Amino acid sequence: MNADISKKHYDVIVIGGGATGAGTARDCAMRGLSTLLIERYDFTTGATGRNHGLLHSGARYAVTDKESATECIEENMILRKVARHCVEEHDGLFITLPEDDLGYQAKFVESCLAAGIRADIIDPEEAKRLEPSVNPTLIGAVRVPDGSIDPFRLTISNVLDAERHGADMLTYHEVTGLIIENGRVLGVNLRNNLTGEQSEARADITVNAAGIWGTLIAKMAGVTVNMFPAKGSLLVFSHRVNNMVINRCRKPANADILVPGDVITVIGTTSDRVPIETVDDMRVTPEEVEVLLTEGAQLAPALATTRILRAYAGVRPLVASDNDPSGRSISRGIVCLDHETRDGLAGFVTITGGKLMTYRLMAEIATNMVCKKLNVDKKCETATTPLPGAETTPVEKPKSHMYAFNAKVGRHGTYAPSIDSHDEIANSLVCECEEVTVGEVKYAVEKQHAGTLTQLRRRTRMGMGTCQGELCALRAAGVMCNVCKKSVDDSAADLADFINERWKGMYPVGWGSTLNEAQLISNIYQGLCGLDNFAK
Amino acid sequence: MAENLQLYSISENELEKCLKCSICTVYCPVAGVTPFYPGPKHAGPDGERYRIKDASFFDEKALKMCLNCKRCEVACPEGVHIADIIQSARIKYSKHKPGLREFTLANTDLVGSITTLAAPVANFATSFSPVKATLDTIVKIDKHRTFPAYASQKFETWYKKHAAAEQDKYEKQVSYFHGCYVNYNYPQLGKELIKVMNAIGYGVKLLDKEKCCGVPLVSNGFATQAKKHGEINMASMRKSVAEGRPILTTGTSCTLMMRNEYDHLLHIDNKVAQEHLLLATRFIYKLVEEGKVKLAFREDYKKRVCYHTACHMERLGWTIYSTSLVKMIPGIDFVMLDSMCCGIAGTYGFKKENYPISQKIGEPLFKQIEEAKVDNVITDCETCKWQIEMSTSAKVLNPISVLAEAIDYEKTKALNQ
Repeated sequence: MNADISKKHYDVIVIGGGATGAGTARDCAMRGLSTLLIERYDFTTGATGRNHGLLHSGARYAVTDKESATECIEENMILRKVARHCVEEHDGLFITLPEDDLGYQAKFVESCLAAGIRADIIDPEEAKRLEPSVNPTLIGAVRVPDGSIDPFRLTISNVLDAERHGADMLTYHEVTGLIIENGRVLGVNLRNNLTGEQSEARADITVNAAGIWGTLIAKMAGVTVNMFPAKGSLLVFSHRVNNMVINRCRKPANADILVPGDVITVIGTTSDRVPIETVDDMRVTPEEVEVLLTEGAQLAPALATTRILRAYAGVRPLVASDNDPSGRSISRGIVCLDHETRDGLAGFVTITGGKLMTYRLMAEIATNMVCKKLNVDKKCETATTPLPGAETTPVEKPKSHMYAFNAKVGRHGTYAPSIDSHDEIANSLVCECEEVTVGEVKYAVEKQHAGTLTQLRRRTRMGMGTCQGELCALRAAGVMCNVCKKSVDDSAADLADFINERWKGMYPVGWGSTLNEAQLISNIYQGLCGLDNFAK
Repeated sequence: MAENLQLYSISENELEKCLKCSICTVYCPVAGVTPFYPGPKHAGPDGERYRIKDASFFDEKALKMCLNCKRCEVACPEGVHIADIIQSARIKYSKHKPGLREFTLANTDLVGSITTLAAPVANFATSFSPVKATLDTIVKIDKHRTFPAYASQKFETWYKKHAAAEQDKYEKQVSYFHGCYVNYNYPQLGKELIKVMNAIGYGVKLLDKEKCCGVPLVSNGFATQAKKHGEINMASMRKSVAEGRPILTTGTSCTLMMRNEYDHLLHIDNKVAQEHLLLATRFIYKLVEEGKVKLAFREDYKKRVCYHTACHMERLGWTIYSTSLVKMIPGIDFVMLDSMCCGIAGTYGFKKENYPISQKIGEPLFKQIEEAKVDNVITDCETCKWQIEMSTSAKVLNPISVLAEAIDYEKTKALNQ
């Protein structure tokens, strides 16, 4: 650990490297606070990296939760501007199938309009023309401003901007306890998850933005934040089946959102309460896969015969209202707790609940509270200041190496030209499915805190394509070995980790071409390279 | 519904079956000689995922380098139609307007009809250096290319005058799809086929209406016209089959196009071609093998030959019929060449920008041919013939031509009475 960090006294420590934590760190830093972000693994390892990547219009909540719906559409419009390099603006459809009540549509549209969400009823024929993959038996369709958003890019952009404003980042550091003296939180005890080394960091205010793990952080502080872990499973299809988001126009249920994102399509989700002890190891069950497929095929019949790349699951941090400890009235709204007024514990704030869509607003609310406590009078500017990469409209396209360049612009926005592309080596592809060049790997290592293959995947999409690491992982390991000056043994162990992690996602959908792919991966890495000998 | 879910994936051209093993790229003749072509996997299934997302990912410059030799498809263990993915993308997304060069190269039958009328002039002109220089700099057809000579009389004209009447005398009959090459450039091959078929007791008719199969049209950007031609060809073939005549050809690319590509590339109903269109060598070999036909050969016939497997012959998987047939000739000393692309790929190698790649691809083949020291190279493809004759000292023949020179016509005829 950086010795400077334990010697330094910060204004604020933010716990949690998801979208909310990164957004809060950025907001704090932009308002001139000295800020430290702490994450126990890599950025985006929790729920941030395990969702649809849906840029909600809020329409889904319009009927049941107007407040969330309004927050969503407002944030939706803001993110289209300040995070344009992370957003695809393709709109969405809410379809009514013959077995659904068409009467719900009128109520739905009315609620959307009341929440400020554009909702146009369109002819089913028009819906089929706009989105040819949609279930052709539909009897009704409403067009809403849904889109998709890349949560990995979004979070990293927040991290980069926070750093640009002076914030420090500490990944792979887990909070093992809070330093509390005289009813005040003074900082955190830390363990380096790579080396086991213990240390501490101190600040005037500590913000708990650890998602579902926030309930455990609160427990360390001796306060109760009643959370209900809700597991949501999703499936990734191997190419883009639809070009618009497709939802069911009915009360929200399982597997009724189909989101196109970059070159894939994601169906989700299921929703099941799980014990807090299990949230570090979520696995997708065969029953969940079946529900996702059966329901998904109702939205777009092609899903029934489309190859599935992998399955994954995340955990929503649902919070019970303070006045209902039974957990029956669960909110999806934003919860910001000042533990000084609530529990008599000063210097500690919890920001939780909410959604990926409202991460910026959550950050704003939490930072407002921090500023109030520190008597800092600075306005929030995150709703108008573009994130790094979104400053201008994307750069002009070059004539050669077009695929890779387009992909880079998609991932890094205006920063794409700063990625090394000066010669054939820098331009050669490490990951062919997702068009990641040697230059982009170097960029991710040097500028985006990527030190392992899994981190590289989250920064660049390397290994997320059809081959699931079959060819790219080995090449990337070679490049990283050189760029990060890692030992060969460490690189091989990292490679083994990466391949195992890919297999975990393929296992629940291991049939057909996906099984063939897994067999080929296993032949190459276990059979040909003997990678098992290197696993740590 | 659940029990039918996801047993297998269905996707256009089997896009989703790609396991990214990259063996196609290993077998790609273009990827082997230039770093500027990303290879079939990347130009095909990989790129397709991006093109589905956004048409602006279509990279015309890269995809134009594909020869459409289909060796990638032969190599693919998963049966992905890689070359078809690339060709479909070119048809779907290309904004390039075909120019004079593409028009000239594509319209083999129109240009052929005009040129045969003035064959001596045309042949002189296209072999004349100032004309070649103009073609090179203005039309961008490479000056090193030797244009196939045009015949002074179309095969169809010859057939009507000299052969048509005879054919009705035979009880058993076939139809012959001669193609543009036989019609305008090399009627001799058509005459040789008729000689062989007559010898084994078959009459040869032409189709009611025959149009260019569409291969040069598609590769030069005229897909709509290709589709029109295809519909006409299929209608003629359906009529021929209804009248009891299967259809024979002597060219691989026309055959592959009509049998294997009309349906998914141009959306033409080609069931009739899939079931009844055959290369003549396959048709004859089967008859011989089944004992329905007997061949008698000239005793004085001696030749050392080598066989070159054309790319589209490899894709059809019919090399064995042609080589087995040739090997039946007692006087033949047979050398099998390694199966590799000669580099011409139809009209591809005629284009100035492709010429160096085209020749580089062919180099190992040319070397093998020179080292084999043979009297003739045998191949089933006409454009391979041009390329090999231009690039080596060898003279190239179709297996049917070899058969025509080797059989004892009268004896064979008597055996098959």
